[in-house]
Amino acid sequence: MLSKVDGVSEQPMIVAHGLVKRFGDFTAVDGIDVEVSRGEAFGFLGPNGAGKSSTMRMIGCVSPVTDGTLRVLGHDPAVDGARIRARLGVVPQEDTLDFELSVMENLIVYGRYFGMSHKQATERGRELLEFVQLEERATSQVEPLSGGMKRRLTIARSLINDPDMLLLDEPTTGLDPQARHVVWDRLFRLKQRGVTLVLTTHYMDEAEQLCDRLVVMDRGRIAAEGSPVALIRDWSTREVVELRFAADDTETSGEKIEALVEQPERPLRALVSRVEVLPDRVLLYSDDGDATVGELHRAGVEPQSVLVRRSSLEDVFLRLTGRSLVE
Amino acid sequence: MTTTLPTAAAAPALPPAPSTARLVGRAVDFWRLQFKRTWRGTWASTVLTPLGFLAAMGLGLGSIVDNGSGASTLGGVSYLDYIAPGLLAASIMQQASFESSYPVLGAIKWAKQYHAQLATPLRVRDALAGHVLWVALRLSISALVFVVVMALFSTFHSWWAVLCLPAAVLTGLAFVPGIFAFAATLETDSGFALLFRFAIMPMFLFSGTFFPVSQLPDWLEPIAYLTPLWHGVDLCRDLALGTASLLPALGHVAYLLLWVAGGYALALRHFTRRLVT
Ligand SMILES: Nc1ncnc2c1ncn2[C@@H]1O[C@H](COP(=O)(O)OP(=O)(O)OP(=O)(O)O)[C@@H](O)[C@H]1O
Ligand SMILES: [Mg+2]
Repeated sequence: MLSKVDGVSEQPMIVAHGLVKRFGDFTAVDGIDVEVSRGEAFGFLGPNGAGKSSTMRMIGCVSPVTDGTLRVLGHDPAVDGARIRARLGVVPQEDTLDFELSVMENLIVYGRYFGMSHKQATERGRELLEFVQLEERATSQVEPLSGGMKRRLTIARSLINDPDMLLLDEPTTGLDPQARHVVWDRLFRLKQRGVTLVLTTHYMDEAEQLCDRLVVMDRGRIAAEGSPVALIRDWSTREVVELRFAADDTETSGEKIEALVEQPERPLRALVSRVEVLPDRVLLYSDDGDATVGELHRAGVEPQSVLVRRSSLEDVFLRLTGRSLVE
Repeated sequence: MTTTLPTAAAAPALPPAPSTARLVGRAVDFWRLQFKRTWRGTWASTVLTPLGFLAAMGLGLGSIVDNGSGASTLGGVSYLDYIAPGLLAASIMQQASFESSYPVLGAIKWAKQYHAQLATPLRVRDALAGHVLWVALRLSISALVFVVVMALFSTFHSWWAVLCLPAAVLTGLAFVPGIFAFAATLETDSGFALLFRFAIMPMFLFSGTFFPVSQLPDWLEPIAYLTPLWHGVDLCRDLALGTASLLPALGHVAYLLLWVAGGYALALRHFTRRLVT
């Protein structure tokens, strides 16, 4: 019997080919190809204005496709938008909670939109509030809730129809670290239950935590695609050495290091695969950070601070676009 | 098992599309719940508006008018009986424009309830129809209360007066979708202040509510006849006083319906433009 289920799961949840979104003359999404399978946690990582929300809104069947093809749950949003939406859960970038209603009423109203009875929606709402740890707030107003609580409520609301796929547009932007971890934990549980997650973020740690696979988006295009580990392996080194210098010293020090790395007789040349001089720091990409630091010291480079860290998606992004992810 | 599935069947099955009536009903249901939470004081104003208007204008001002030369201009009816149906139509118009302005812009921009709805199986036309229907429901309740108060003041001269209820609601509805359409073009609510000051208020005063339009300066008269409010006032008045005749009444109804239909088409266009980007 399982093979039948497997057969169904082979049908991708999202297929996009040459997907384009234009606003007037401006091209927000410039021909992207995406495929997301059932049960996958898929991410769009990119800086402000990359076109993440524009893409998500097309997938959510609330924004018409300008060009290219898009199939969501195997169907065409232009034809079956309303029926597809019946099976999606959506957490938009900006909350659309109703501040004049209580926490529970927000869930009931939303459940009603999906055709649930008042009673069904109340029961389901109670379960979901427990899931997002807001059960004690059921009767309170939405307005005074903290940002993290509002976000959790929006997530609970998006689950009211038991969706086949959850679309989360920057689920944790603006939340403090503790609140982010609570949200991540809930999303992780959903993922383990087999819910297909599609999320956008400009936090690389979020993408690394949650995504099986992701695309790096920049200026409406996909710059790279893969699992977080594969992306880091392909586009970066194992470790990164971050050097900070006195404010007006960064550039000259950076140039000096670049010159050092160029010298063929120095071991640095073998150790460091790339140097990135940023306004506030110098990054050295290396598979052996400690050895690199030692060689720098030997060469007389004296930074104010040294940090050896593991490479992250931030570095991948920097490599791909020459710019930082979070400005 | 070696069954191979045809590719089309492999697409997750979607639920069948609910009927439009159901979808619209869900939107109405939202506004009903929203109203239940925020109605604070609206019942008081629903009852006090007709009471206040009829007592002050009808009885207070009426005693002066009736003792002066007014009675003959008004065709021999008391001033209270004359203005009561006018006030009915005009106050329903006022409520209609209020309910169609701030809440609509709010649902687009501030509370974003339309956006919440459009992420669900509801479509733009369901969100619009649901909200318009809800406003129609609110107007019906207010009109009913107003008509009952008019009856208590015994301002009616005929049983045709029961038709004042649908006539007043239709008058209000002539404004509803048009103002929905207007609201959907705004970025801030300052446009509403202009709407009220330069359209709704002048209509309230000069469309035959308080005195016959024939008393207006000649150049204003034709403008008054073009306003939907005048048609509503005239229709309600004829019904209340038992002076209605079929053709003019049908003419009024047709004119008001034209505004409803035209406004609705415009509202759907502006809603789509604003909400589907
Ligand atoms: N409705 C619209 N009309 C015109 N331009 C738009 C509209 N929506 C988005 N844009 C533009 O399209 C570009 C991509 O926007 P989008 O919201 O998709 O980016 P994003 O990756 O989600 O960014 P952010 O991280 O800031 O949310 C931006 O330059 C934005 O100004
Ligand atoms: Mg965005």
